[in-house]
Amino acid sequence: MLEEAFRDEWGRVVASLVGFLGDFDRAEEAAQEAFAVAARRWPVTGVPDKPGAWLVTTARNRAIDRLRRERALAGKMHLLAAPEATVDEVDDTLIRDERLELIFTCCHPALPLDGQVALTLRALGGLNTAEIARAFLVSEETMKRRLTRAKAKIKAAGIPFSVPGAHLLPDRLDAVLAVLYLIYNEGYGGRVDLGAEAIRLGRVLAALVPGEPEALGLLALMLIHHARRRARFTGPDGADGADSADGADGADGEDLVLLDDQDRSLWDSRQIAEGRAVLDRAIALGGRGAYVVQAAIASLQTRERVDWPQVAELYRRLADLTGSAVVELNRAVALAQAGDPAAALRAVDRLDLDGYLYFHSTRGELLRRLGRDAEAEAAYRRALELAVSPPERRFLTRRLEQL
Amino acid sequence: MRYALMIYADPGYLEKLSDAEREAARADYFALADDDRYVGAAQLQPAETATCVRVAGGRTLMTDGPFADTKEVLGGFCLIEAADLDEAAELAARIPAVRFGGTVEIRPVEIRPVEIRPVARP
Repeated sequence: MLEEAFRDEWGRVVASLVGFLGDFDRAEEAAQEAFAVAARRWPVTGVPDKPGAWLVTTARNRAIDRLRRERALAGKMHLLAAPEATVDEVDDTLIRDERLELIFTCCHPALPLDGQVALTLRALGGLNTAEIARAFLVSEETMKRRLTRAKAKIKAAGIPFSVPGAHLLPDRLDAVLAVLYLIYNEGYGGRVDLGAEAIRLGRVLAALVPGEPEALGLLALMLIHHARRRARFTGPDGADGADSADGADGADGEDLVLLDDQDRSLWDSRQIAEGRAVLDRAIALGGRGAYVVQAAIASLQTRERVDWPQVAELYRRLADLTGSAVVELNRAVALAQAGDPAAALRAVDRLDLDGYLYFHSTRGELLRRLGRDAEAEAAYRRALELAVSPPERRFLTRRLEQL
Repeated sequence: MRYALMIYADPGYLEKLSDAEREAARADYFALADDDRYVGAAQLQPAETATCVRVAGGRTLMTDGPFADTKEVLGGFCLIEAADLDEAAELAARIPAVRFGGTVEIRPVEIRPVEIRPVARP
């Protein structure tokens, strides 16, 4: 439970310290010290009324102590002039929440994307370097270098710690949303449940920019998808195997379960309901952007009876917004589900996606439904050439056998 | 913070512009030069005039041509004083060459702390 409190407070504490110290490394160092003190003290004294304020104050005082010890750092001397606050007199309301500034710094487009992702998880999410390294299947040393490079560039290039002005905000918010969605999609890979982590960050962001429908749209999308994670794979371990953190990407022995065949009792209905409620708020705010539309599609797909023509229509809107051929492919699938595989095949055959596994598996499926077995077999074989993961290969092999 | 804005562009781009476009580009450039944050700038002569120098084994070697033989060449640079990278990027985007397909590389300038020495009095 202490760990829970820590994870919830970490981002706020680091944000406040970066704002105060103007330096990521010092901020993290001070935050770590404060959390270490809390870990020793709180089990004895109990959790203070305002844990966040306590941590920020303690960390600030530690940072000031450290600066005093390193007086050589002349440029930071002005900080020492600030009166030292005692823990008791600090009120949560006096500590400004600077997490939004922190998010925009971490997701600044002048940083490489992998650095943005790592820094967001570290500074805001409170994951440690080893955890992030495991999640992205790289060595701890590599991840450490990635984080160090990103922090060094923030400092050297003067990447601001601020919420961008109105003229920059839409683009920058898009960049933040893209980083969170990337984290979400990396989920199920390593031992850390990045899906849950992305949702946590998505909640923080949605609370910080309550008037932005796309932030709500992304949160809704992640919630509804995440709610189905346990039903997506199955295998010798049973459905629970899919939820175990390190095997969920369809490791050996687990099989892919298509939406139609998923056991709905494994869906997290509370999470779906929450996702729908968030989506409603996004739509009420006038949200019609790409994340809102994707969340609306995900929501429709979790209905008892899926309204496929409506799903196809939403994919059309999404294709207009994104110009993506993959979205067009999904629209075609929805058309087929709506009962028109011939129209679906015509739509698929217009696409230029030859190197894409799902292009061929979708064609195979449509040709099979249209009774064109020889062509279906060729398409499935091409898909199998492109498939890498064992569950996908098994799935395609089964389809070929069934022809 | 001080930043160098290094302007890379297709060398012939100015000639391809209409008179009106060229005039507008000049005006934009002068407006930028009037900005308080503008420190200085230099336009470079064409890359054909470039010479590279290396020292090997105590000998100075000169070769004809720019350091990197690319389609876009370093055509000039600006020095500016900006609060942060976002502000520097806004100024960089106002450099006319960017509008015509050029790229501006922003690099923070190393500022060494100035050692303050007592002034010797006569």
